Amino acid sequence: MVKITYIQHNGTSQSFDAQPGMTVMETAVKNMVPGIDADCGGACACATCHVFVEPEWLEATGKRSDMEEDMLDFAFDVRDNSRLSCQIKVTEQLDGLVVRIPEKQF
Amino acid sequence: MNAEVIETDAVIIGAGPCGLFAVFELGLLDIKCEVIDILDRPGGQCAELYPEKPIYDIPALPYVTGQELVDRLMEQIKPFKARFNFSQMVTELRKLDDGDFELRTDGGLNFRCKVVVIAAGGGSFQPKKPPIPGIESYEGKSVFYSVRKIEAFKGRDILIVGGGDSALDWTLNLHPVARTLTLLHRRDDFRAAPDSVNKMRTLVKEGKVSFKLGQVTGLVGTDGELSSVQVKGPEGGFSIDANTMLPFFGLTMKLGPVADWGINLNENLIPVDTEKFETSVRGLFAIGDINHYPGKLKLILSGFHEAALMAQEAFHIKNPGEKLLFQYTTSSTSLQKKLGVA
Repeated sequence: MVKITYIQHNGTSQSFDAQPGMTVMETAVKNMVPGIDADCGGACACATCHVFVEPEWLEATGKRSDMEEDMLDFAFDVRDNSRLSCQIKVTEQLDGLVVRIPEKQF
Repeated sequence: MNAEVIETDAVIIGAGPCGLFAVFELGLLDIKCEVIDILDRPGGQCAELYPEKPIYDIPALPYVTGQELVDRLMEQIKPFKARFNFSQMVTELRKLDDGDFELRTDGGLNFRCKVVVIAAGGGSFQPKKPPIPGIESYEGKSVFYSVRKIEAFKGRDILIVGGGDSALDWTLNLHPVARTLTLLHRRDDFRAAPDSVNKMRTLVKEGKVSFKLGQVTGLVGTDGELSSVQVKGPEGGFSIDANTMLPFFGLTMKLGPVADWGINLNENLIPVDTEKFETSVRGLFAIGDINHYPGKLKLILSGFHEAALMAQEAFHIKNPGEKLLFQYTTSSTSLQKKLGVA
């Protein structure tokens, strides 16, 4: 099992076991993490699962795809560590991953 | 609350192009319709989001704007005298024991009918509102999420935010009437038609439009009237003078009450068969963007086709056991009488 921690804008933190192969978004939705709306259900078509990846995890989570980069145009307060959580696949290497959730998706 | 119950053959939820054409197809089969829409006028997305934008893939109309398409559909369905119930959201939909449907709206209207056609597109489709502190007080006065009339922006200092087709299209369409126009986007890449991007870059080169890299962090103004916008750019913070801001961050699809009606949903879409476009509930149909079936394409033309097939089955629900004679409007006097041309 892989552990993922979601930190809300107000500092509240929740950790969940994630299954490799699922996405960081799916893990959040399954556990009803507030602030991950995921309107489009993971199709990279809505930018409502925007998260900030903690800097030490940037390398392990990989680069944004072109489609994700495009879709981030529809997110708010996009930073260097912005990702769409539906595009981060959970792997054994991500055990301990920490992501922060923006104050509002939109 | 209005206790009166409006009785009709069919209720169509959604007055977008597919809902409007459903009035036509049902009308040819003598099925009387009431149409309900959350907006204050017909057209759905065509009227609300891209009234002045061209559509190129309507058969036999090489070029038509969203509003023109709506106007033509309204003209086409006129003979059927459907009643429109605008600014109403259907909050309750129930199938009664006798097979009829009962609907209620947030405005207190009650309907009873044999057939319900959900043509609600993306549900209540709403532009994304950037979570900028205090933005609500500017909305409708100096911050707008859509353009209804270009003239309303004449002589304004406009800031357009975003990098998609809407942001680019409105940059191109509003710069001739604006006093100044600035386009703000977080990167120097655009997810928009390359032709629009090229045109925008030319305008920037000619000094007619200003392009800035960055993201909005705050709004400055009084009583809802914007005076400048604070921006975080790659090299730090700066300010853009503007009395009008148009943020284009796409749309949020909020399904709304459809999710509460006890229909089987699949990722916020309503599964239907491809023979009648009927849902899992007898007499309840879904056409246009809101339905789903293998191979579904979210095109207006697909919705028109779905409306025609739906109407055939709706006839059988209204007239059990009766045979339906298939006829052409070109040759059938009876259809032409219904259209008021014979």
